[in-house]
Amino acid sequence: MAGAALLPSSAPGAMAPPPGTPIARAPRERTSSWPLLDRVGFAACWVVGIGLCLIALGIVLFMFFKGIAYLRPSLLVEHPAASAKQSQSGGFLDPIEGTLIVAILGIAIAAPTGIAIGAWLAEYRHPSWLARALESVIEIMAGAPSVVLALFGLLIFDQSFLGFLSTTSAGGAVFGRSFFGAGAIMAVLALPLVVGTTREALTRLPSHLREASHALGRTRATTIRRVLLPTIRTDMATGAALGIGRIIGDTAIITIMLGTFLTFEPVGHTPLIGTLRGTGSTLTSYVYSNSPAGEGGAPQKAYAAAFLLLMIVLALNATVTWLSGRGAAPGERSSAFSLLRFEWFPLPWTR
Amino acid sequence: MAPRSIHRPRGWASAKTDQRAERSLGALAVAVLVFIGAMLVTVFVKAWPSFSHNGLAWFGGGGDVEAQLRAMQELKPIAGHSIYYFHAWTLIWGTLLTTVSAVLLALVVSTLAAVFLTEFAPQPVKRTLDPVIRLLAGVPSVIYGLIGLLVLRPYINEHLISDGRRASVEKVVQINGADVMTATLVLTVMILPIMVAISAGALEAVPRSWREGSLALGVNRWRTIWRVSLHAARPAIVAATVLATARALGEAVMLAMLGGGRGFAPNLLDGVTALYEPVRPLAATIFANAEGLENVPLAHTIYAIAAVLLVSAGMLSLGGWAAKQRFQRYGVRI
Repeated sequence: MAGAALLPSSAPGAMAPPPGTPIARAPRERTSSWPLLDRVGFAACWVVGIGLCLIALGIVLFMFFKGIAYLRPSLLVEHPAASAKQSQSGGFLDPIEGTLIVAILGIAIAAPTGIAIGAWLAEYRHPSWLARALESVIEIMAGAPSVVLALFGLLIFDQSFLGFLSTTSAGGAVFGRSFFGAGAIMAVLALPLVVGTTREALTRLPSHLREASHALGRTRATTIRRVLLPTIRTDMATGAALGIGRIIGDTAIITIMLGTFLTFEPVGHTPLIGTLRGTGSTLTSYVYSNSPAGEGGAPQKAYAAAFLLLMIVLALNATVTWLSGRGAAPGERSSAFSLLRFEWFPLPWTR
Repeated sequence: MAPRSIHRPRGWASAKTDQRAERSLGALAVAVLVFIGAMLVTVFVKAWPSFSHNGLAWFGGGGDVEAQLRAMQELKPIAGHSIYYFHAWTLIWGTLLTTVSAVLLALVVSTLAAVFLTEFAPQPVKRTLDPVIRLLAGVPSVIYGLIGLLVLRPYINEHLISDGRRASVEKVVQINGADVMTATLVLTVMILPIMVAISAGALEAVPRSWREGSLALGVNRWRTIWRVSLHAARPAIVAATVLATARALGEAVMLAMLGGGRGFAPNLLDGVTALYEPVRPLAATIFANAEGLENVPLAHTIYAIAAVLLVSAGMLSLGGWAAKQRFQRYGVRI
């Protein structure tokens, strides 16, 4: 019996070819034997694939060269000015600050709300009809065009009881356009992403985590707060970063909710609150108004601002990759594909 | 004196706090639901006057949309009609034209490109393209609009449109390179990354043994991809298409920049010239007219367009949901 047990372990060694023997490979399949239709498809695949690579690299390299050609350090610290001459139209300090303000406001509202909603959807879902209704409504939100969101934003923020958030004219009419309003609508835009990542991460957690915590006498609320949420920290950060990416890239909400101004137009004299109640610009609206479609007609400035915007998107992407690499189990590689999914399937596996 | 309650370690909440936490989270859920529900209802309420004045003819053709919108802006009704007179077919046609052609084009290209990426591309190409596709998916639409306006449009205007073609439609419309073709091409490039990403992810998830089984039966590589891998990945491709359609439908800024800025219905009877005629989809119309919302009839009309877009987006997410049900049945994870 002992010999029989030993035999299999020694057998492969005896059968293995001596080192240095070339390993025979199957001959490479030649396409010449294929039917014509298959060969056409095969060729189309290569052509389209390489074409797509060229277009993708072309766009990226084009923006990089234009950006490097036109971006000057002084542009980053100068205020924009309305001028027909490109040399006198200033830089884009205000748009950069505007982008920051909108992103911070939006994510400050969307992240806590989204995490709470995601936790409720994954852990409580008590009246289940409410959970299902909320899921479908959030899904509709994820697919709703951002122009429609912007229109709705104008509608709520020109109500008179919200007048303290924007400008009120002498006649009592509320203007409705302010950084507060834009930030709040941006939060609606980012909410599905945060809810989706949080919910997905919570449902993926093994149930023994919860059971162990319950067995120690912790209540559900404490389990969520002390065990589950700390475990999915990186996923929540990923969701927030994806949300910021979407906020920063949106143009329609900014141009509708803030108008096409170039500089900050604060309301009143309180330093920060005044700015937030007023309107201004962000990098996207700056690019729009300096493109031939807007009034500015300063393509070089538009290219420079677009390059800066692209750099921010690149940095956010790198953050997301880094975060999800830290959160993933070893061996589970997160490619672009799995990350992009959240932008499009915020709530993928409806139970 | 009653002894103080037993010492509880930090973070050990009582059942009462637990109930309170559940209630407040539930309340937040209700609040979000009410907020979004209120938003949907408000848009429809604001849209109603425009629909009720025009009836089903709202969706029909007839008249010049630009003239109708201008009449509302100037509060001077077109003779013989109410101030709400609006027939949106031109805009709906523009939406259908750009969306359907961009999605069909992107469907073919993205499927072939996804097969290339997962089956044929050398490892270094794949590794470079992964971040590039993610970057392209995150590029703001205004940047695509900028590139289209400064690069593609002048090229098409100077090199592809002949003087004869320009003259042939001169009496109806000016053609200058901001047209259906430019808008559709850029829209295709915009929705491609996401479609490639989803399709390639699904192709990668097809079990290796399925393909090997097919190859072992003597089926050639291309046919294996076509019959086995793509077949298994079909639900993901359908879902990607649905979601890309939603994105194309809602794209406003880029289409407003590249569509030519005029409510015009490209006439397919013009043949190739139709490609060079301006177009303006629904979302771009909202974007272009958002300045004039203080004007009541115009605002109602704009909200009516928004309601149509919302309903279409809702139907698309229903379609996406149906596609997802099939995912679950197949057990394929994208």
